[in-house]
Amino acid sequence: MRLDAKIPAGPIQQKWDRHRFEMKLVNPANKRRFEVIVVGSGLAGGAAAAAMGELGYHVKCFCYQDSARRAHSIAAQGGINASKNYQNDGDSIWRLFYDTVKGGDYRSREANVYRLAQVSSNIIDQCVAQGVPFGREYGGLLDNRSFGGAQVSRTFYARGQTGQQLLLGTYQSLSRQVAAGQVEMYPRTEMLDVVVADGRARGIVTRDMVSGEVRSWSADAVVLATGGYSNVYFLSTNAKGCNATAIWRAHRRGALFANPCFTQIHPTCIPQHGDYQSKLTLMSESLRNDGRIWVPKTAGESRAAADIPEDERDYYLERRYPAFGNLVPRDIASRAAKGMCDEGLGVGHGRRGVYLDFADAISRLGRDAISAKYGNLFEMYERITGEDPYEVPMRIYPAPHYTMGGLWVDYNLMTTIDGLYAAGEANFSDHGANRLGASALMQGLADGYFVLPYTIGDYLARHMGEGPMPTDSAPFQEVEAEVNGRIDRLLSCDGKRTVDSLHRELGQICWEYCGMSRNAEGLEGAIEKIAELREEYWTNVKVLGVNDELNQALEKAGRVADYFELAELMCRDALARRESCGGHFREEYRTEEGEALRNDEEFTYVSAWEDQGPGKEPVMHREPLDFPNVPLTQRSYK
Amino acid sequence: MRLTLQIWRQKNADDTGGFSSYDVDASPDMSFLEMLDVLNETLTEAGEDPVAFEHDCREGICGSCCLMIDGRAHGPEPGTATCQLHMRKFEDGDTIRIEPWRSAAFPVLKDLVVDRVGLDRIVQAGGFISINTGSAPDANLIPVPRDKAELAMDAAACIGCGACVAQCPNGAAQLFAAAKVSHLALLPQGQPERDQRVLRMVEEMESAFGSCTNFAECEVACPKEISIEFIARMNRDYVSARLRRG
Ligand SMILES: Cc1cc2nc3c(=O)[nH]c(=O)nc-3n(C[C@H](O)[C@H](O)[C@H](O)COP(=O)(O)OP(=O)(O)OC[C@H]3O[C@@H](n4cnc5c(N)ncnc54)[C@H](O)[C@@H]3O)c2cc1C
Ligand code: FES
Repeated sequence: MRLDAKIPAGPIQQKWDRHRFEMKLVNPANKRRFEVIVVGSGLAGGAAAAAMGELGYHVKCFCYQDSARRAHSIAAQGGINASKNYQNDGDSIWRLFYDTVKGGDYRSREANVYRLAQVSSNIIDQCVAQGVPFGREYGGLLDNRSFGGAQVSRTFYARGQTGQQLLLGTYQSLSRQVAAGQVEMYPRTEMLDVVVADGRARGIVTRDMVSGEVRSWSADAVVLATGGYSNVYFLSTNAKGCNATAIWRAHRRGALFANPCFTQIHPTCIPQHGDYQSKLTLMSESLRNDGRIWVPKTAGESRAAADIPEDERDYYLERRYPAFGNLVPRDIASRAAKGMCDEGLGVGHGRRGVYLDFADAISRLGRDAISAKYGNLFEMYERITGEDPYEVPMRIYPAPHYTMGGLWVDYNLMTTIDGLYAAGEANFSDHGANRLGASALMQGLADGYFVLPYTIGDYLARHMGEGPMPTDSAPFQEVEAEVNGRIDRLLSCDGKRTVDSLHRELGQICWEYCGMSRNAEGLEGAIEKIAELREEYWTNVKVLGVNDELNQALEKAGRVADYFELAELMCRDALARRESCGGHFREEYRTEEGEALRNDEEFTYVSAWEDQGPGKEPVMHREPLDFPNVPLTQRSYK
Repeated sequence: MRLTLQIWRQKNADDTGGFSSYDVDASPDMSFLEMLDVLNETLTEAGEDPVAFEHDCREGICGSCCLMIDGRAHGPEPGTATCQLHMRKFEDGDTIRIEPWRSAAFPVLKDLVVDRVGLDRIVQAGGFISINTGSAPDANLIPVPRDKAELAMDAAACIGCGACVAQCPNGAAQLFAAAKVSHLALLPQGQPERDQRVLRMVEEMESAFGSCTNFAECEVACPKEISIEFIARMNRDYVSARLRRG
């Protein structure tokens, strides 16, 4: 298979304009003849569905929650980037592009990233016009903050609820289209497979999560905007229902899966506090602007934080990275915390935690100033841990948070299956090996509002007059039968272990061997362990109840079954990438000082995996990357 | 800690349902939903149907979770969604009664899961600004006074969980609708459709939900502590819109 990214010719600044001109258009009267399916109502899916409804296409939008407004995008806290340069501090499209390519450790595609930076301004305009109540200055204009160590202030925010407000803006636009009859919304409907015939996506098969009905939906084009797969680790900052089923099923039907091992572990999360823990809570990394991270200098320290004198504390980030200190990028901060805990220097439950201390900031700026900045985060922390961060330092530990990998897409966001698109966190395209803070929201909305409506139009224009395939045709019926077969198999297994217990065990394997740092031996072992556990899953899982009812255990069981397969691919990808880059740290490939060592000679490519069917090893294809505009350099934060 | 849970069990929308009693061992550090997870693991291992309850983000922002705990929507803690409630707020030996949202507009689908589609319909009736993608002017073209923007944000913080409806003796959705009406009416971008919006949203709300008689229970139940002053604001807006539109 030859991967063609379909990057338009010409200078990078002109690619998107040129491409927009060269793409075919569907005339307004013909748009209503086309059916488009959008799976997902988060920022990417909600935006795509609303924007295409506005254009006049017939859209069907699906989500697993009871309302489109609850998609996981709602949980994003910090903010959204855009190259507005409202602060006159030197930002530009070029700088946002440059920072994103560099931040991604040179494993993303320049042309896509440039387009993202280009449309970032339109996103903010669009959101403000929708009524998104971004933070403002006293003069009434929009405020910005610097986020995740960026040197310019380009992040727009709505208190600590930016994702919520952006998603509600999208949801409201979507609701307007629902009212107008342009979009049909199907909540509590889970996509369980995609239907492909003659190399083209023809529709999907879903399960109604209340009645259990399995049914087919036909369309001219299908968009998957189903979010990321961090829940493969069981414990992550993602919502409990986040899943990889849609993209994994598409992968099994022929869509290549790109860079599955590129996962992001966020440094400032509340540590695990017990074995019953169900998820991890992220706290905005803005906390690192004023908090100082430290551990005791001696392993096994048992004194309370306040009783440990200054000279017996190791402010290890400040010590090792004097230039950036506590503000080093996420991957570096996370790995350093793990390193400290591995040496037995950790604090709190199971010694898996480090201190994030505000004592200095409180004495310097006053309690009120700290409360004004971080009051809601402190409150959230206290609610969960029962400890008051004004009095005792917070404890934090890294947690899986975001997945840069996803379905391989070309410049048009089309997967390797014709007519099947992937948008938002579900695709791999813009963040390379590491995503910068406040860039996921930007990418989701860019894909949905400003890219897909054009590129899908171009595809549809080429299929004028063909019409969707009937759902009683053989390709649909075959997929429906397979879906029903999988459900029956899970329900009839009648084993001894719950879905959660097996998922937890899978998560532990992934976290241990394919988490913050990886090595060949561990990964090879993990692949075997996963295979064994998967075997046990299919013979010993216990899913009660029947299909024809609201059955949450069955929902989970299907998702976890897919995680087993994805987990293995993550390990294979991590094993094949014999370098360290971004969030992917291979212990064998590091500098003398222990920092990540990229290998541009051999690994400047996207790994795109092709499924070969059950029991067969997948095949890796390479999309070479080149960087004519952003010269390759080694990241340094010393 | 040892707890006794009295949980509403109902097989489906047609079933009449009833309470069942369960004993659980919990730790004070668990969240309320983790305590239910533990119960469900135990039930499953014993071959009994686990309790269905709605949840997703478990951070108090998605609005999925919706439990009536000892007669209070989201339980005893003010400003707290069910998923943010921790067991340290309960005592060893407590008996806790757990029910679904009780309201005619929210039919029970199974156990503790209800249908809240009525809330979506209120938004579809007009809770938006009609602007097509791509047509927006520069974001800084229209300044918005900071205090107005902040107040709009206070209203916009609604998570759409429906606690207000569940707690209201009349099953009214005033606080939910008022939060959206006020959020948009406070911003210059929301002005062109202001009258039409409030009229349509109120009409939809009244058709599906109960009427407000100022119990103010909604404000107490709201996990985001949204103020009932927004209801007064919506009522004023509604009256002026009626006057203007006849
Ligand atoms: C706690 C947290 C904080 C974050 N903070 C920030 C931030 O400050 N800035 C930033 O830029 N990014 C942030 N991120 C990342 C960002 O929020 C996400 O990457 C982004 O919102 C993903 O959007 P999406 O539209 O791709 O997917 P999602 O919002 O996850 O939406 C997925 C949609 O797909 C649907 N779906 C999934 N599977 C199926 C299926 N099988 N069938 C039917 N429907 C399905 C869901 O119902 C949902 O509607 C944060 C992430 C987390 C976890
Ligand atoms: S689960 Fe999201 S608000 Fe409670």
